[in-house]
Amino acid sequence: MKKSVFFGALTVAGLAAGAAAAGTLDDVKARGKLNCGVTTGLVGFAAPDANGKWEGFDVGVCRAVAAAVLGDATAVEFVPTTGKTRFTALASGEIDMLARNTTWTFSRDVDLKFTFVGVNYYDGQGFMVPKELGVSSAKELDGATVCIQTGTTTELNLADFFRANNISYEPVPIETNAEGQQQYLAGACDTYTTDASGLAATRATFENPGDHVLLPEIISKEPLGPLVRHGDNEWGDVVRWTLNALITAEELGVTSTNIAEMSAAPGSNPEINRLLGTEGNLGEMLGLSADWAKNAIMAGGNYGELFEQNIGESTSIGLARGLNAQWTEGGLIYSPPFR
Amino acid sequence: MSDTHAESVAFVRETTIPESPPPATERGVVKWLRENLFATPANSVLTIAALYVIYLILASTLPWIFGGLWTTTSLAECREILQGKTGACFSVLTERWNQLLYGFKYPVEEYWRPNLAFLLLFIAAAPVLFFDLPRKLLIFTGLYPFLAYWLIWGGSALVPIVALLGILGGALVYQRFVKSSFAAGFFGAILAAFVIWIVAGMIIPENASENAMLRAVPSRDLGGFMLNMMLGVTCVSLSLPIGIALALGRQSDMPLIKWVCVIFIEFIRGVPLITLLFVASVMLSYFFPPESTVDLFLRVVIMITMFSSAYIAEVIRGGLAALPKGQYEGADSLGLDYPQAMQLIILPQALKISIPGIVNVAVGLFKDTTLVSVISMFDLVGMIRGPILASTEWNGVYWELLGFAALLFFVVCYGISQYSQWLERRLATDHR
Repeated sequence: MKKSVFFGALTVAGLAAGAAAAGTLDDVKARGKLNCGVTTGLVGFAAPDANGKWEGFDVGVCRAVAAAVLGDATAVEFVPTTGKTRFTALASGEIDMLARNTTWTFSRDVDLKFTFVGVNYYDGQGFMVPKELGVSSAKELDGATVCIQTGTTTELNLADFFRANNISYEPVPIETNAEGQQQYLAGACDTYTTDASGLAATRATFENPGDHVLLPEIISKEPLGPLVRHGDNEWGDVVRWTLNALITAEELGVTSTNIAEMSAAPGSNPEINRLLGTEGNLGEMLGLSADWAKNAIMAGGNYGELFEQNIGESTSIGLARGLNAQWTEGGLIYSPPFR
Repeated sequence: MSDTHAESVAFVRETTIPESPPPATERGVVKWLRENLFATPANSVLTIAALYVIYLILASTLPWIFGGLWTTTSLAECREILQGKTGACFSVLTERWNQLLYGFKYPVEEYWRPNLAFLLLFIAAAPVLFFDLPRKLLIFTGLYPFLAYWLIWGGSALVPIVALLGILGGALVYQRFVKSSFAAGFFGAILAAFVIWIVAGMIIPENASENAMLRAVPSRDLGGFMLNMMLGVTCVSLSLPIGIALALGRQSDMPLIKWVCVIFIEFIRGVPLITLLFVASVMLSYFFPPESTVDLFLRVVIMITMFSSAYIAEVIRGGLAALPKGQYEGADSLGLDYPQAMQLIILPQALKISIPGIVNVAVGLFKDTTLVSVISMFDLVGMIRGPILASTEWNGVYWELLGFAALLFFVVCYGISQYSQWLERRLATDHR
């Protein structure tokens, strides 16, 4: 008797969770707040400042989605997640979307039942060496000692790369990025390898960043992007096209400074008009207001502006656009058309 | 007689020799040095080596501390001012002071509330810790949990009041019925408390928190050292009575109670705390619908309390086992029943024996509260590892931040340890 009551309660709970998951967009609108999962702190991507206000590249995506759905870029409840808790938080419905530099992989998409809605940063594993070593290519690292985080995909990528190039290396296992930083600076290893954005952020904290160089080789693919739960395609579309709106805005030259003027009246470019809602009914199709994309772009600027403010070359992290340039400038950032 | 004596001896000293000071090597600082530092050649070598090591440590840390900067706004600025000279960048502590103590989301204008709760904690704890104080102060101790809850979380004052009423009602029922049967009193009390909570819970209006005198602060916004203190104080004070009950239960003659206690203790002790925390934060959210989960803080408190009460139970069982059988028999021969025997004879002695062990668990538990940083709660260590080290201004400051955390924890843990030693001296009745 007790058992059946217990299972009954579980079923009801499961049904309630299922019902809640069916309409994330409606839930967010009813709540008046977007629950967005971010990291507990990663330089340039997401971290609260001295006043507790969240800032960063991934945070920008959250704010854009909140602005598109609710018209208010500050209507976001940032839920900090660790590498271990992020997927459960999303699967259990604690957060509506996850924007936490998460690599899009087959098993996460298919097996963990998430939908990656796009890529907002193309990362890859790189190498950092002291300048005085005089190395200009990773292929010259024969016999080098390499600081490498254990139990990560970077470890496997490293082994593959050195085997493919038929050169040898000696791993120095480390546990965390902070430890790797210390070991590398102390000279325990010749080179330190992890994601290129992480290397750049780490180098930015050195006392003499100029004494260290990042090698040009990128030995793995790490496409990072926001993700939502499987099975709620309307919500997935909202997040996907908000990201695409930011990308398209940069491509079409719509910035946070000229957007007020451009959205005031239909202009000569029909795609800009459709994007900003002065023409057509794209917003209505998504279940949002006509000026959804305008709000999203005004939240923090277009994709390029977000990049420059948070991780671009003007910041201390100083990442070049590289693969993350628009497709028109030789990068991979490419949005399907707004039509 | 006297004449012979005077004539046979050339000189007789009639006064005592004045006391002269001991040789220079046998007094004062020199004596102490000779006895303690340079007693043997081996000792001398060790002393000199130790002095050299101390010098090395101080020579590197003192300039670092005294050359420290307190007013810059970023690590880069620190480095610019220091220009390669040794010096700490303590500005991170001044700039992020509030974040380190209260987390990054607790509203600034409400900081007085946790501060007041912290001050009142001393008043509430005093009669428990120092039993020479008037016993009437215990009334405030009993009220304190509800007051502190209201101060820290804010919201409607009705919630803690109803909780208090429920417990008072339960206590009344217990006193009324326990004379006839313990079970009736015990279960009646629980039933009464729940009835009061449920009935009163319906009376509290839904939006009571909105216009409350104190603004409501959700648990998610708590953080910093405040969170460590809250978890530590709550869990220690809850796990002590539960631990005593478990220890007594394990010695019980009733098989059901005994085996429930044994299984609980052995299971909890066999599982790492971090696993329990993951269960609290991750697994439980699968079982509840998204909007009706139990508060994360409460979940963590339950898990840590379960963990430490299992350990305290074993410590106290050690104390119980150390008592000679005669104490139990003596209690029986006086005609005391079980509660009286425990309360008057067994537990006072067993608990006294267990003090070092209990304090050991309490100190360990307090430090273990930093583990909550792995389930994305921003306690002191979580704040340092997460938001502060990830900000562009302060990325790369390690020693200053972690040193500060170590200092805060040391102050509290050393205080607990000193208190326990005082308590042991105070309770010492044997002649050793």
